Amino acid sequence: MFQELTVSKPATESHEDKVGRMSQHLRRLESESITIFREVAAEFRKPVMLYSIGKDSSVLLHLAMKAFYPGRLPFPLLHVDTTWKFREMISFRNQRMRDLGINLIVHVNEEGVARGINPFASGSALHTDVMKTQALRQALDSYGFDAAIGGARRDEEKSRAKERIFSHRSAMHRWDSKNQRPELWHVFNTSLAPGESMRVFPLSNWTEMDVWDYIAAENIPIVPLYFAAQRPVVTRDGALIMVDDERMPLKSDEQPEIASVRFRTLGCYPLTGAIRSTASTLPAIIHEMRSSRTSERQGRLIDNDAAGSMEKKKEQGYF
Amino acid sequence: MENILDREKSKLAGDAPALRFITCGSVDDGKSTLVGRLLYDSELLLDDQLEALKAESKIHGTTGGNIDFALLLDGLQAEREQGITIDIAYRFFATKRRRFIVADTPGHEQYTRNMATGASNAELAIVLVDARKGVITQTLRHSYILGLFGVRHIVLAINKMDLVGWDSDRFQSIVDEYCTIGARLGIPDITCIPICARDGDNIFSRSERMPWYVGPTIVEHLEKVEVLTELGNLPFRLPVQWVNRPNADFRGFSGRVANGVIHQGHAIASFPSGRVSKVTRILTADGDDEIATEGQAVTLVLADEIDASRGDILAPADAAPIIADEISGHIVWFDDAAMIPGRRYTLKSAGRKIGAVISKLKHRVNVNTLDQQAATALSMNEIGCVTINLEGPLVCDPYRENRETGGFILIDTINNHTVAAGVIDSARRHAADVKWQNLNVDVSLRARIKYQRPCVLWFTGLVGSGRSTVANLVEQRLCDLGRHTYLLDGHNLRHDLNRDLDFSTEARVESVRRAAIVAKLLYDAGLITLVAMLSPLRVDRQMARDLIGDGNFIEVHMATPLDECERRDPGGLYQRARTGDLPNFTGVDAPYEPPESPEISIDTTGQPPEIVADRVVAYLKENGYL
Ligand SMILES: Nc1nc2c(ncn2[C@@H]2O[C@H](COP(=O)(O)OP(=O)(O)O)[C@@H](O)[C@H]2O)c(=O)[nH]1
Repeated sequence: MFQELTVSKPATESHEDKVGRMSQHLRRLESESITIFREVAAEFRKPVMLYSIGKDSSVLLHLAMKAFYPGRLPFPLLHVDTTWKFREMISFRNQRMRDLGINLIVHVNEEGVARGINPFASGSALHTDVMKTQALRQALDSYGFDAAIGGARRDEEKSRAKERIFSHRSAMHRWDSKNQRPELWHVFNTSLAPGESMRVFPLSNWTEMDVWDYIAAENIPIVPLYFAAQRPVVTRDGALIMVDDERMPLKSDEQPEIASVRFRTLGCYPLTGAIRSTASTLPAIIHEMRSSRTSERQGRLIDNDAAGSMEKKKEQGYF
Repeated sequence: MENILDREKSKLAGDAPALRFITCGSVDDGKSTLVGRLLYDSELLLDDQLEALKAESKIHGTTGGNIDFALLLDGLQAEREQGITIDIAYRFFATKRRRFIVADTPGHEQYTRNMATGASNAELAIVLVDARKGVITQTLRHSYILGLFGVRHIVLAINKMDLVGWDSDRFQSIVDEYCTIGARLGIPDITCIPICARDGDNIFSRSERMPWYVGPTIVEHLEKVEVLTELGNLPFRLPVQWVNRPNADFRGFSGRVANGVIHQGHAIASFPSGRVSKVTRILTADGDDEIATEGQAVTLVLADEIDASRGDILAPADAAPIIADEISGHIVWFDDAAMIPGRRYTLKSAGRKIGAVISKLKHRVNVNTLDQQAATALSMNEIGCVTINLEGPLVCDPYRENRETGGFILIDTINNHTVAAGVIDSARRHAADVKWQNLNVDVSLRARIKYQRPCVLWFTGLVGSGRSTVANLVEQRLCDLGRHTYLLDGHNLRHDLNRDLDFSTEARVESVRRAAIVAKLLYDAGLITLVAMLSPLRVDRQMARDLIGDGNFIEVHMATPLDECERRDPGGLYQRARTGDLPNFTGVDAPYEPPESPEISIDTTGQPPEIVADRVVAYLKENGYL
């Protein structure tokens, strides 16, 4: 399946065919995102792009390469690794970076590892805070990045819907949600005081559906976990959790079941719920998406902690 | 099952780009309710979102346990708790015919800057009014901003028709009033629709309760409206965003086409230089194009080695943009601190950043009457017509011809706030005929024949802090050392250069600006220049520092405490101020902002001025100025 997707376009296909395949709608979104990438590269001293391996990151990377073509990316990629990502994500990541010859920084919060923080024993909130939020702050501070590009979309969640494309962070990485900078036309105020930074979201105006349509139109490689396959899962708190490695403690009455499942979003495997599905091709996924009655965040256990929790996390520096 | 199929169809919204619109109007007119309705009725609310909404409506809702749609949009904790909208929320929905991105904007005057943010990228605006209240100040303010930012399509949604008994006369009288205003604001397309947002009347489906209304529903109109652009026929513009130079053999100019069309092989020029060349390639990652049109992000390769850089604009030589050092336009003021002419800001437009001084406030706009009013300052959310002088050339167009090259923001040079957004009405090159004469003699040559390093010593401090006395002594000592100097004393300037100025805040800004410019000239002449001026505000001193250049500007803070100054009370001024005889007296009823990191700071309490002057001279020696 995955093989099929990475097959590059046949050489005979002309540029016109290609443009024809992409809707006006996607082309406008693409142009806007490219403009944002270029603005970041031109305006900041030391930008970085966050790469979290998921579908949004795949689209982000694809757009970034288009923005600077035929040149190389004028910034490095950063992956904040919680050490609990699906194994297939890590192998996909390594393969992609090799294929594209890209400079990837992988950062792990070693303090958190030493403290034995993990999603099972520490709970999702603490794990996410230490291994994701704190880890990201560590990485940004230690490299001195003044702008971090991320793949968040406004349709994901209520507080995201409120955020600017260029989103200012204090020296303590805080988001002042009640006092955001006005953002007029495409004139972005990128001025920063020492220690402050900017989070930049080129996919702000994309929807989940747009992302899938674009992946299909552009043949963008994605992690195979997005496609349905037989996988070992257990049901916990109503979510289907995949038993991805031997670190997952099984309760005495738990017996992994082999089911045809896929993932709508990807994160730490113990915190990411699968959905039962037989959609094993891109058209099948898009078809299934169009009739879905739930949002993609439902599968992310971290968001269900408390109402308004995403905003709180963001104020503290979560991406 | 039927439901699912409908939904599926409704997501096939065709090929066209999403229509971008905003909802605006005053608080409680029903903006959020309308957007909630649009999402709910287009069945884009998903099950888990609906569940969460129902649960939250019970806790924070204002609709007695029924679904409160406002909660769907108020995504910030503070908004839900206070029941107000602070910032815009972007939402996405689609019908069978079209995709939409809607931004729900806040109604409170306090958050006008966020409404302006939404308006700047909107193609259409739904202006809501409460049928009981009709057109009110916020309706006018928002409509004015829509007109200013060139939103050409307005839907006037007259809401809460249930509360006026579905009365067609009431509807018509609001329509008449609003259309008169719309015409004055120059909005070409206004469609008026009576609705009941709460129940969905005339939103998706036609209201049976208002049979007298025969026009389109909100959704019918949104699906159909064709966005007017006059831009198609306007000349090509590509603001250079990024110069792509992967290796010595390739140089491409990347940017988004702001206007018009460019063909491969066509002639093109780069501004402000005006150098002419030809487009050899229009490059995208998907291959070369023969043509690029508005909105496309492309990379142009030119035939000649033209040295264009970020902020320059590529355009046809025979339809050139304006290269301006002075612009006239309207601004919406966003900042808590009032706008006072004379201050220096950074202007950003189409990738270019330039130092800018608002030299004149021509008038303020009264949004209630849409009339022009004389004013000396603009406070937050006020709109004014200004003249701005630029420190370098800005390549631009009038906003009505081009949103991208005609819109700008002003950024505070100290705290980086976006203090204003503006649109260019007209632009000119003030110095076009009076060409800047390149002089063969410059500051370093002038300084060399004087055997000295020029600089500006800026003495600031309260009345009675010792500014003038110490500056005077310092000048004496420098002359004794054989240096060429000049002292500008604020008191003396009041007799000539600043004789037309009083002690109001505006006048103080202007007096500091003039002193800074004269100091700069004297510095250029190679002199060690001393300025002794109260100059109470940080921004104004920063302006002087920026003008003269950081390394040549030495801020000397006479940090004598107020008590001590008042004890000395030269001329009995403090006493008169305390009895109310001298209003706006710095330190008494007008603020003094001490420097945050002055080069020299001296408290003169108990110190003879001679010793203080020696310390200033010592600083100059230690730091290589003498
Ligand atoms: N009677 C009536 N009430 C409405 C209607 N539309 C909105 N409301 C109510 O008006 C109040 C303010 O609405 P909201 O959407 O929050 O206004 P916003 O501040 O403009 O976003 C809420 O209590 C709504 O339930 C309507 O058509 N009829």
